[in-house]
Amino acid sequence: MSEKPATLPTHVGLFATCLVDLTRPQVGFASAKLLQDAGCQVSVPKAQTCCGQPAYNAGDNADARAIATKTIKAFENFDYVVVPSGSCAGMLKHHYPGLFGDDPDMAARARSLAAKTHELTAFLVDVLKVEVTGVAFDGTVTYHDSCSALREMGVKRQPRRLLAGVGGLSLKEAKESETCCGFGGLFCVKYPEISGRMVDAKVDDIVDTGAGTLLSGDLGCLMNMAGRLHRRGIATEVRHIAEVLAGMADGPAIGAAEKKTD
Amino acid sequence: MESTAANFKENALGALGDARLRDALDKLSGGFPENRRKAAERLPEFEALRDQARDIKHHVLENLDHYLEAFEARVVEAGGTVHWCRTAAEARTTILRLCKQAGAKTVTKSKSMIGEEIAINEHLEHHGVEPVETDLGEYIIQLRREPPSHIIAPAIHLSKEQIADTFREKHRDLLADRPLEEPRALLEEARGILREKFVAADVGLTGANMLIAETGSTVLVTNEGNADLTYSLPRVHIVLASLEKIVPTLEDATTILRVLARSATGQEMSVYNTFCTGPKRPGDLDGPEEFHVVLLDNGRTDMLGGEFHDMLRCIRCGACLNHCPIYKSVGGHAYGWVYSGPMGAVLIPNLIGMENAHDLPNASTLCGKCEEVCPVRIPLPRMLRAWRKRQFEAQNTSKAARAGLRFWAFFAGQPWLYRIFANLAVGALHKLSRGRGRFRRMAFLGGWTTLRDLPAPAGKTFISQWHGKKPSESGHE
Ligand code: SF4
Repeated sequence: MSEKPATLPTHVGLFATCLVDLTRPQVGFASAKLLQDAGCQVSVPKAQTCCGQPAYNAGDNADARAIATKTIKAFENFDYVVVPSGSCAGMLKHHYPGLFGDDPDMAARARSLAAKTHELTAFLVDVLKVEVTGVAFDGTVTYHDSCSALREMGVKRQPRRLLAGVGGLSLKEAKESETCCGFGGLFCVKYPEISGRMVDAKVDDIVDTGAGTLLSGDLGCLMNMAGRLHRRGIATEVRHIAEVLAGMADGPAIGAAEKKTD
Repeated sequence: MESTAANFKENALGALGDARLRDALDKLSGGFPENRRKAAERLPEFEALRDQARDIKHHVLENLDHYLEAFEARVVEAGGTVHWCRTAAEARTTILRLCKQAGAKTVTKSKSMIGEEIAINEHLEHHGVEPVETDLGEYIIQLRREPPSHIIAPAIHLSKEQIADTFREKHRDLLADRPLEEPRALLEEARGILREKFVAADVGLTGANMLIAETGSTVLVTNEGNADLTYSLPRVHIVLASLEKIVPTLEDATTILRVLARSATGQEMSVYNTFCTGPKRPGDLDGPEEFHVVLLDNGRTDMLGGEFHDMLRCIRCGACLNHCPIYKSVGGHAYGWVYSGPMGAVLIPNLIGMENAHDLPNASTLCGKCEEVCPVRIPLPRMLRAWRKRQFEAQNTSKAARAGLRFWAFFAGQPWLYRIFANLAVGALHKLSRGRGRFRRMAFLGGWTTLRDLPAPAGKTFISQWHGKKPSESGHE
């Protein structure tokens, strides 16, 4: 940033994450809008796929490393890399560098990518010092702290700070907002019953708040919780926080029907 | 104890279906974590103390041989003996020999996880020596012939009704219709029986929370005071401890005590903190005539310097269990051996072999809560990943999982191909969902859809939509 003339806008590479790309594009558009509104130039490199976490967490470091190499090459020339997910941001920031133990050149490139990688809400608050104004959302929401956002990326007050600026929105904290929802990537498919017990506890905790909408910054957790809420016939809507902050929360919520026929 | 860690999945399914276990685990979740939080809040220097505790243990592990030799020298000076045992079998043989030498028929025991690890009770029984657990929780599970389900609260899985049933079944010489509804009554009954055993015992076998190199002392922490009677009444005191329990000085021991109780139960200090140094000296009013320390390795030195080195810092406080959402869902017995929770998932494969505990490192969401609360800051998630990596490299990961991962990784590594297939798949799935926004069933994601709906994709990928926009809107790509 400091080497370029002050007139050029901050150039952000948006790492959309595979879940946003495949299942919920509006989170990508909402993220881009938030960044653009804050004066950033936003690019979405076509060469991005997934951060490699499924491989990494399954112990498949060779594949994780191959994917990390592609991500690093696609994103290393931006001023910042912003990710609308604490878990994928954590992968880039905390786990990529360790994948290149025997390759000092790539390790250095991974470290420099890590240094400029941020979770979306933390970037808006801590780096861009954005204040939310002129956005409204009528209703009570509760916020789930995803594990990686909270513990790897230090995201806790930033989303709350941003939500405080949304007109008409009131936040009701859940007792267990910091407890894992049981998603865990492949965990929820490998150990569905344990994961089911965890997400049930989560759903009970969310219902206890009486909030009409559940928000979080990680689509994996959101899909897990939305899936269980729907299966249990509970009407709580589920959305990514970016949708609300960008004023784009008017379409169907996660897992909800497109037309009002369901 | 025979391990059933290889059957984690079945064990866990059984546990999930057990309503009484669920009640017990709910109580635990409501208690220990909240107490720990309050205790930490009350002590402004708690985080700094955790750093100190970590540094003490780290330093010990870097200089283990030095401190162990110093400890032995102090024990000998005080008139005791140290018995170095490489394996569980050696430790069992040594303890049995010491008991036989003492002519022991009854051995009282205070809680020792190492005792569980080497299954000393079975061994003693088999050779005609009666071991009697004197910690209430341990006494209960000994009667029931169960392993502990929690490292500091061994009978946490049981309700007081189950315990009353066990007492009626095992304490046959007491009145059958005696009232046992109140926890107090259970406690009194156990006390009455244990009192006789304390008097009859020829040997007292205890564990140790720490061994102090500076003084040759062993440190025991309990809330019931049973350890004091266990070590001081019989003629012979045997301490069974694994070698990483060592700390350099008395001062270090107190630092660790301060984080131990707070992390475990939220107490500022455990009720009884007992320091034992050698046998009874001339002029002492009580104490054992012989003092033996059985120092066990059992695979620990193999962990030194490797990926699991930091695990040896563990002070067995149980905080990682109390805060683990997996442990709180399935309880300790699902893990299939004497340890459980995140620390068990890392330690058990080290002690009984990765091939015998395949699921343990995988049955975690890597949520990181354990590391957040661990008083000695052990990076448990990193070590769970390390096991997964070893399993993958040893081709222990299931064929289907490997194939799935490779298939997916291939596409993830070829962005152009990935784009084409992603758009096709997403479009097809969207059509299939017919506007309902979700699926109730999905063939290849059975695990997901048994309990949850699967939100359906929106129809076109974000990246294709983004790049379909006007160039001015899509930046320079
Ligand atoms: S790993 Fe840490 S939290 Fe778990 S029992 Fe050991 S010291 Fe306590």
